[in-house]
Amino acid sequence: MNDGYAFITIVGLVAITVFTRSFFLVSEKEMVLPDWVKRGLRYAPLAALAAVVVPEIVMTKGQLITTWQDARLYAVAVSTAYFFWRGGILGTIVSGMAVLIPLKLVMGW
Amino acid sequence: MHSFRDTVRHPQFRAGARDMGTVSLGIAAWGLVTGVAMVKSGLSIPLALLMTFTVFAGSVQLAVIPLMMVAAPIWVIWATAVCINLRFVIFSAQWRPYFMRYPLRQRMLFGYVSGDLTYVMFMKRFPEPRDDEGQVEYFLGGSTTNWLAWQLPSVAGILLADVIPTHWGLGFAGVLALLGLTYSLLSDRATALAAVVAGAAAVAAFALPFRLHIVVAIAAAVCVGLMIDGGGDAGRRVLSALGRRRLQAVAGQATERAAA
Repeated sequence: MNDGYAFITIVGLVAITVFTRSFFLVSEKEMVLPDWVKRGLRYAPLAALAAVVVPEIVMTKGQLITTWQDARLYAVAVSTAYFFWRGGILGTIVSGMAVLIPLKLVMGW
Repeated sequence: MHSFRDTVRHPQFRAGARDMGTVSLGIAAWGLVTGVAMVKSGLSIPLALLMTFTVFAGSVQLAVIPLMMVAAPIWVIWATAVCINLRFVIFSAQWRPYFMRYPLRQRMLFGYVSGDLTYVMFMKRFPEPRDDEGQVEYFLGGSTTNWLAWQLPSVAGILLADVIPTHWGLGFAGVLALLGLTYSLLSDRATALAAVVAGAAAVAAFALPFRLHIVVAIAAAVCVGLMIDGGGDAGRRVLSALGRRRLQAVAGQATERAAA
């Protein structure tokens, strides 16, 4: 990869991180959001998470998976069961990975 | 704001650090994988280090690495990054009431270090902005943990790219961390339905360029949430449809009991 090209790209990406993350924090002016916008924004974090997570679980290379021989499905099933029985995110991660890694290494799923 | 020492010693700083600690394993696995991916794609080690320490946006980094590998036009890469980060524009509107009493440079620094997990954890704990609860100390505690849990493994991944096996599926730990967080945000039927709609919309719109499917999914879920919250006719019908099965079950039990 050309270093100059990569450098310019990275500098722009830094600007984008700063710009997007502090977008509404810059102006001092009073900002009144309409009530329906405030109510709607309650759903935004949950929606953003679901939108990132679900494709990572049920899609491969942009296609919906068509096989049951996919380690992710079983890892997610176990993680989900753990979360709703016991709660706690650390256990959710560990239980899922305990299913995923053997299925991947032993079964090749 | 008080001095650095006062901030670090504040009980809320520790609470924020502790809460973020529960997801740090997922953040760390994700950071490690991102570090490895940057170097494997042909980025030199100094540039990969520069990227992790300055860009500090995991999903953007993972998305643009393949584009940089094929020398895509720079404007396409930047457009992709803006779209992936659009959710932070939405989040920044919500940070506003919590941060506006600080000077501009500090506000922008707060914005810069706030990631997805910092945002979700914070809003779950402090739905209303107040200035007497140590909210900002909690934010800084969470952000510090988040930064360390991301950067240390990322640097390890960059330096050890050749010896870390990636076929184990380590990156999936990050997905599981996000999954657990998603579950912890489900509070009632309306939020559950919004999450299902967002997930389905994201899969359906996945083919859109620049990862715009995430924006489509947020828009769809917000619409459904507003429809239910608004108490309009359509929203009431959806709510009653969601409630009907339970009512039927209750009614069924009552009939059985009456029969017995």
